Amino acid sequence: MSEAIVSTRAIPAPGPLPSSLQFNEDGRLRHLLTIEGLSHALITEILDTAESFASMNAQAVKKVPLLRGKTVVNLFFEASTRTRTTFELAAKRLSADVLNINIATSAATKGESLLDTLRNLEAMYVDMFVVRHEASGAAHFIARHVAPHVSVLNAGDGRHAHPTQALLDMFTIRRHKPDFTRLRVAIVGDILHSRVARSQIHALNILNAGEIRVIAPQSLLPAHVETLGVHVYNDIRQGLRDVDVIIMLRLQRERMESGLLPSEHEFFQLYGLTRERLALAKPDCIVMHPGPANRGVEIDSRVADGPHSVILEQVTYGIAVRMAVMSMIMGGSVNP
Amino acid sequence: MSEDIQALLDRMAEALKQRLSARGTPDPVMVGIHTGGVWVAEALHRRLALSQPLGQLDISFYRDDFSRIGMHPQVKPSSLPFSVDDRHIILVDDVLFTGRTIRAALNEIFDFGRPASVTLTTLVERDGRELPIEAQVVGQHLSLRPDQQVKLRGPDPLRLEIVSTGGGQ
Repeated sequence: MSEAIVSTRAIPAPGPLPSSLQFNEDGRLRHLLTIEGLSHALITEILDTAESFASMNAQAVKKVPLLRGKTVVNLFFEASTRTRTTFELAAKRLSADVLNINIATSAATKGESLLDTLRNLEAMYVDMFVVRHEASGAAHFIARHVAPHVSVLNAGDGRHAHPTQALLDMFTIRRHKPDFTRLRVAIVGDILHSRVARSQIHALNILNAGEIRVIAPQSLLPAHVETLGVHVYNDIRQGLRDVDVIIMLRLQRERMESGLLPSEHEFFQLYGLTRERLALAKPDCIVMHPGPANRGVEIDSRVADGPHSVILEQVTYGIAVRMAVMSMIMGGSVNP
Repeated sequence: MSEDIQALLDRMAEALKQRLSARGTPDPVMVGIHTGGVWVAEALHRRLALSQPLGQLDISFYRDDFSRIGMHPQVKPSSLPFSVDDRHIILVDDVLFTGRTIRAALNEIFDFGRPASVTLTTLVERDGRELPIEAQVVGQHLSLRPDQQVKLRGPDPLRLEIVSTGGGQ
């Protein structure tokens, strides 16, 4: 990867990942790599299209012929259950053929070997790569090198971006609370390592969310996080007061060894979402989690399974939102 | 022209009634195709006083020009608020031209279930069919040049607009 992250505390890859790479000469979405650079109108269009796909659940045949004859490759260099399966289902419900390639987690899988993998798959006449990779910028790298007819969809790259997760979260929020300008949204937990949080913050900003809060210990916040347009709280009790939406993040346990945190137990004591803390938010507040959730680490089971939780809705809506993105990217190149 | 359309809709409703009673079709359901077809269907649905709510189809996901043109920008959810199986369906659109929209609509309906029959009615038909599809009840036949387009504007009032696409007049 040509753009390595220099500091582990820096916001990954701000400059050298041009969001313009996502659009073709006519201004149409060709790849989806990051939320940055998407307009309010485009995000709204994606969410509206997803509404139509969500309504397909009423059909006896839950499948439309839009991507018939296209081949989608799920290229996963990093573990995933929800994202990979919902991408696979989304592609299948659009009638595409799907190839799942799980490449064992390996920091060495980069540079030339990655390009070789790409060239080989392109030689099989595939049309879209859905890419998950542990290195920030991997999807951009692939997008820069694919054949002109191939599209790339970022399914999570390092700590950088996870755009479809952010879009399905926006979809879920909009279903419950349509007016973003009046919303107070709190994102809680391991912001530092979270590509989900970064994409969510960009999406919420583009949709003019009223207020975005991040709640975390200083050791789990990226340097200069305020520059993303968020209010920082180190105390969860203050941060959750009167919020409409709570987004819990997964505590990336593998980071625990690095000394950023004393223990899971202590994290739960300080930042876990309990019923008592939930009561500080607005009474009609919704609780979200991108999964996989660590029960008893960042979220109490009684909250995760409670009446405010929309965690399983997020999974369901993930299919419709991914169908919308895939079909918009793979559609023709001439505007009507 | 809006009075004309009301008169057309009256005639179409009358023709549909006769057709339904002649065939003894019990409890038909009506489905309009977005956007103009839904407006026409709403008007016919009122006139026929059908018991079932009106269904709406957005055929964007079934279009045959998707790979060339891409996704239509404003896709609306399709909703058929009844079981399609074994029902007699009156499918409504504003303009019948090539027949491709109707092909897409039929495919979508069949993904909801297996209807007993489908009757097609359109406010306007013009020459230029590219598929073997015909409407059983038509409001008006229009003879248009290939460079002319007819569009239904609405919903209130409904009016037909004929525009030339070639020549730039």
